[in-house]
Amino acid sequence: MEKQTTLSAKQRLIRSSSKNPGETRGKILVSLCALIIIIATLSITLFLAIKGLQSFIVNGLNPLEFLFSSEWNPTSSDPQYGALPFILGSLAVTLLSALIAGPLGIGCAIFMTEISTSIGKKVLQPVIELLVGIPSVVYGFIGLTVLVPFIRNTFSGSATGFSLLTGTIVLSVMILPTVTTIATDAMSSLPNSLREGSLALGATRWQTIKKVLIPAALPSLMTAIVLGMARAFGEALAVQMVIGNVRDLPGSLLDPSATLTTIITLNMGYTTYGSVDNNTLWSMGLILLIISFIFILIIRYLSARRKI
Amino acid sequence: MKKIVTFLLIVLTIGLVTACGANNQEGGGDNGGNNTVLISGSSAMQPLVAGAAEEFMAQNPDADIQVNAGGSGTGLSEVDSGAVDIGNSDVFAEEKEGIAAEELVDHKVAVVGMTAAVSSNIGITDISKQDLIKVFTGEITNWSELGGKDQEITLVNRPDSSGTRATFVQFGLDGATPAEGITEDSSNRVKQIIEETPGTIGYLAFSYFTDDGAVIPLAIDGVEATDENVISGEFPIWAYEHSYTKGEPTGAVKDFLDFLLSDDIQKGLLIEQGYIPATDMKVERDAEGNQTNL
Amino acid sequence: MNSKVADRIATGVFIAIATIIVLVLIGLFSFILFRGVPQISWDFITTTSSTVREGGGIRDQLFNSFYILFITMLITVPLGVLGGVYMAEYAKPGKITNFIRSCIELLASLPSIVVGMFGLLIFVNSTGWGYTIIGGALALTIFNIPVMVRVSEDAIRSVPNVQKEASLALGINHWHTIKTVILPSAFPGILTGAILASGRVFGEAAALLFTAGLSTPRLDYMNWNPFSTTSPLNIFRPAETLSVHIWAVNTNGIMPDVEAIADGSSAILVLSVLFFNLTARFVGSAVHRKITASK
Repeated sequence: MEKQTTLSAKQRLIRSSSKNPGETRGKILVSLCALIIIIATLSITLFLAIKGLQSFIVNGLNPLEFLFSSEWNPTSSDPQYGALPFILGSLAVTLLSALIAGPLGIGCAIFMTEISTSIGKKVLQPVIELLVGIPSVVYGFIGLTVLVPFIRNTFSGSATGFSLLTGTIVLSVMILPTVTTIATDAMSSLPNSLREGSLALGATRWQTIKKVLIPAALPSLMTAIVLGMARAFGEALAVQMVIGNVRDLPGSLLDPSATLTTIITLNMGYTTYGSVDNNTLWSMGLILLIISFIFILIIRYLSARRKI
Repeated sequence: MKKIVTFLLIVLTIGLVTACGANNQEGGGDNGGNNTVLISGSSAMQPLVAGAAEEFMAQNPDADIQVNAGGSGTGLSEVDSGAVDIGNSDVFAEEKEGIAAEELVDHKVAVVGMTAAVSSNIGITDISKQDLIKVFTGEITNWSELGGKDQEITLVNRPDSSGTRATFVQFGLDGATPAEGITEDSSNRVKQIIEETPGTIGYLAFSYFTDDGAVIPLAIDGVEATDENVISGEFPIWAYEHSYTKGEPTGAVKDFLDFLLSDDIQKGLLIEQGYIPATDMKVERDAEGNQTNL
Repeated sequence: MNSKVADRIATGVFIAIATIIVLVLIGLFSFILFRGVPQISWDFITTTSSTVREGGGIRDQLFNSFYILFITMLITVPLGVLGGVYMAEYAKPGKITNFIRSCIELLASLPSIVVGMFGLLIFVNSTGWGYTIIGGALALTIFNIPVMVRVSEDAIRSVPNVQKEASLALGINHWHTIKTVILPSAFPGILTGAILASGRVFGEAAALLFTAGLSTPRLDYMNWNPFSTTSPLNIFRPAETLSVHIWAVNTNGIMPDVEAIADGSSAILVLSVLFFNLTARFVGSAVHRKITASK
């Protein structure tokens, strides 16, 4: 690199206008990287699909029963494999945490872009970046030591403190930075003419936010929430520490519950490769993958609708 | 830039070469004449085996013993496929599906007794087996029905496939499926929950009942949960900790297993960690759970 | 009047939300640090962990965390930067580019446990390596790549077009322009992004659980031969990282000081991530100042 910059402009011109060997090499190199990314994605999909379908193809489980039965009894003499409670548990914590983190995150984004940009830059921006950096096991650990006893002592409906609610709160805090960062980007990329036009018409700041800015940024804001949901959906260890891991369908927010990820981490080590128990865990992994696909599709749909 | 490209190439080459190399020697866990012993399996047994490995390596500086944890299932799978030399398991290999149990040689290293655990303020220290089953299947829901405090019962379970759960269900509940309760993977966590949450019942290995007395073991049918009662075969809920090898062990693997069964470990580290020496047992059990006197 | 009131209420609500978030962070941090920092001592960082006895440290776990991070970045940075170059400079709008973009998005949103399972299947079982550092690093690479690609692409795109055009106008070919003009100006952005991504890699546990394992062999720090089994540099040995250690002691630990170890490890983990953040900010602005020669 240094050697080449010391060449004279003329030499460089001659060099680069010749057959361009560097150009071809560079092109091959970057294309190779792009190819690696494609291969990685395809092989993950392929291998997980093969492994995840084994419980249905090799062990002959009924896929419909797996998806829609709520009976999970892998160890009884007549084993039943219904993953519905875990699928619903996963969806429930994901949606609930999006309900909490969504408004908070977007509200924080609006504060940072519309109300006080200077506080936003100096205080909130670093705060959010630090929140992103806290490892999820630490969130789980704090949830376990603080939140679980708190819930147990506060709500009489929760005997142990391990509950859907606890999981939801931990996840909400976890995905808050994701939602906030993307929502902030969305809000700050709105052209100033929108704000000025609305304010010039005599609208208050709140009216401008509510009637002009939020509708304009809506698809991007939704993307922010969906990405947050994707993160919540895939989180394993933090949730496992606080949710209770029960295979019954939760009747209320204060009931313990389980998610696909928690069941996978709990049982992976105990089961032997190739057994039905083990294969059903891979099937759950496949479900996680498919739902990630769905999240991507939603994001694609939303970004196609982006107006600005 | 050049450097980055070179880096990338080196990394890719290393990756490819080692991938091929490793593929060729798959199944070569028993590394011929050298002194490396690879161990995998039960995370509950890991402290014991790792501790023994430390002592063994202190006495035999050439030996290199690597103790991995990953769960009993992983251990059995890996010893079965030849990826490791010793696979530790909380359960008999016969109980796990997909394992060629007849090819594996069982070395019963230790015995662990376990019993139902409750908080000391429940007011109960003894439970009959019938009542225990009723508690765990959800028929009895309040401690007052058993003469204890007026307090609702909450269950703490272990994951479906865990060895502790399998043992407790088989010998404590006579095979009855426990009703749903919180499921925790860790004995520490179970103990903590029992301590902090009024009215919870779970099951723990004897070693977790410490002197502070906040969490107490329940006697079953009047038999106290003690090491002596397990050794004599009177107390029903106990299990072996197994170390499996594929075929009869040789070389360093055999030396290490002999060391595990020697008095150094059986009368030392093992007891220190709350296990019962397998060599002391006066009864024996097979994979079906049939108990015979020795 | 009515709308004025609504405006004020709304402003109040937004301020409240911002305050809540700041308070949550302060709460989390002070909790971790107040509990953890008293546990940290020179002894704690420099002794090996004990599986049974009190007073175990985290020396190996700490080393493993940094080493896995190093190996991961060694693989990810070149791949990610070149991928970013491709996306920003070579990709033509069309089906293929669209497809690659979907791939990157998918990799980015993969649950880490799915990455871990894939790693278990490929890097642990199919290769016959067992739990290894390199397996863990490759698994981490999978979900670090999309971050690096995106960061590099953004940094490259934000290089002013005039610079690129000037270079091209001098007759310098595209690849050479990228090497000598675009990448150097995009460097601060890429570096900052890489350091921030390091924080994420450093704290990851779920993917490593199934790939790098839950144990560390006896290490001899005087042994620098990367092919020896007791060498800390050996990439084909299992390695428990700090975040996995926190999870493991909470789950299976039987040492009497489980809480102290978990508290201390969490504090060190968070302090490390804090360190990465501050370095990223500092290095980013320093390099920026140097390159742009502005004050």
